[in-house]
Amino acid sequence: MKHFRHIGLALVATFAVSQAGAEELTGTLKNIKDTGAITLGFRDSSIPFSYLDDNQKPVGFAMDICYKIVDAVKKELKLDKLEVKLNPVTSATRIPLMANGTIDLECGSTTNNAERQKQVAFTNTHFLTASRYVFKKSSGLKSIDDLKGKTVVSTAGTTNIKQLTEANVAKGLGANIIPAKDHAEAFLMVETDRAVAFVMDDILLASLVAGSKSPDDYVISKDAFSKPEPYGIMLRKDDAPFKKVVDAATAALYTSGEGQKIYDKWFTAKIPPKGLNLNTPISAELKNEFAKPSDSPIPDDYK
Amino acid sequence: MNYHWNWGIFFEPNPMGTGNYLDMLLSGLVLTLKTALLAWVIALIFGSLIGVMRTLPSKGAYWFGFCWVEFFRNMPLLVQLFLWFFVLPELLPKAAGLWLKQLPNAPFWTAAIGIGFFMSARVAVQLQAGIGSLPRGQKMAATALGLTTVQGYRYVLLPMAFRIILPPLTSEFLNTIKNTAVAITIGLVELTGQARSMQEFSFQVFEAFTAATLIYLLTNAIIVTGMRFLERYVAIPGYISGK
Repeated sequence: MKHFRHIGLALVATFAVSQAGAEELTGTLKNIKDTGAITLGFRDSSIPFSYLDDNQKPVGFAMDICYKIVDAVKKELKLDKLEVKLNPVTSATRIPLMANGTIDLECGSTTNNAERQKQVAFTNTHFLTASRYVFKKSSGLKSIDDLKGKTVVSTAGTTNIKQLTEANVAKGLGANIIPAKDHAEAFLMVETDRAVAFVMDDILLASLVAGSKSPDDYVISKDAFSKPEPYGIMLRKDDAPFKKVVDAATAALYTSGEGQKIYDKWFTAKIPPKGLNLNTPISAELKNEFAKPSDSPIPDDYK
Repeated sequence: MNYHWNWGIFFEPNPMGTGNYLDMLLSGLVLTLKTALLAWVIALIFGSLIGVMRTLPSKGAYWFGFCWVEFFRNMPLLVQLFLWFFVLPELLPKAAGLWLKQLPNAPFWTAAIGIGFFMSARVAVQLQAGIGSLPRGQKMAATALGLTTVQGYRYVLLPMAFRIILPPLTSEFLNTIKNTAVAITIGLVELTGQARSMQEFSFQVFEAFTAATLIYLLTNAIIVTGMRFLERYVAIPGYISGK
């Protein structure tokens, strides 16, 4: 008799499993359902997108968006509880950790471009940034042409240094371009007069200036080296069901006006930990994008 | 793993417009070798001087050598390069500091000299150990022959000591090459730096670092082979390395 009861239980269990299987979950959604957890990749110093506050807790604009996506995933999978795991990433580790399944979403400041789409997917754009340069007010560099023959720094391996190199050739500037290891070091080069200008995404420049010893000494150029390029939350490639949920969540967020609210919270008000204010109101391009969300990697699509 | 492998990436044009990705890595290798060779020359010259000073009867010379070694050996290389590159120019008078900062190729010179001094401390300790391992009678015999201290070192002690420490010196040279990777922290885009640039541009992380690893291994294998020949060539029959 006992044996029969076991077989009966087994049958019930099999039935239950095949019931769940009827939803035919695959990829990331199946993983999340099975483990009851989703893992977010965060950056430790990408202010104000994703960084650590004074309690060493990751916060930021991209983190807020990711938490909204998590809510949508939870609703989609009809889970009572969804554990959110946090995993730090750097620009060097974000791809391997995404590829090997350690993180499900990367919440940072990653440029969405065609080259990268060969490796990963992106959801709707959450920010647009153009390549500009920061300089000391005292050096009075008005336009890109004023960089002629000067020493200019940018961060190694970024799209910015590529654009700078191209402009240097195209405009015959003859500028001495030096690569820096990271943004902080590149800014230090300008701070210590090793270079006259630092070419980078304008929003990152704004946060570096706001966090510097004397923000009033620095100016960000009007001239840009590029059209505004899109930032996106990164997810695994070839996972259409998960991307559908994520895209729907971000689209709903941006079109509802809540996206604008979260934007204002991080870009036009004081942000932790030091109460900096980046004073960067939403651009017309981004406002358009929020009205009609898009995951296109092509800058020309955002006008 | 959900990763899109693309080994053909090395032959795709790089976005800097300087040929393909492989050219980018090879230009990094050239910079790595230039930096390592200059650093090694500096390490050998200063390491030999300091190593000898630490074995001289003079108390002053000994203490100078002692301080040199402890100063350069006890600080992480990463910190030293940062200090030389960012802090030193701020401590100098303004004009001198500005001149130093605006020197062309400043990261290269800073890296080569910084790594050279760091390695010189290690060469010095090894040379001191090599000289110390010689029988005491050798120095006395040199004196008895009427050689001055300088001549004694030149003709008797150093030729022996250098032969004895040749194998560990090989490892130090390999270390010098590997240590150049630290120079990306001051903006020298050598082999590791180029591999990092490549992964940032193309997002092909594993291919970039696999290639960098192979290039390092190959370079070091060539150097080890060369050094084995040198060891055999200078070996003295009957001595440690001369069986």
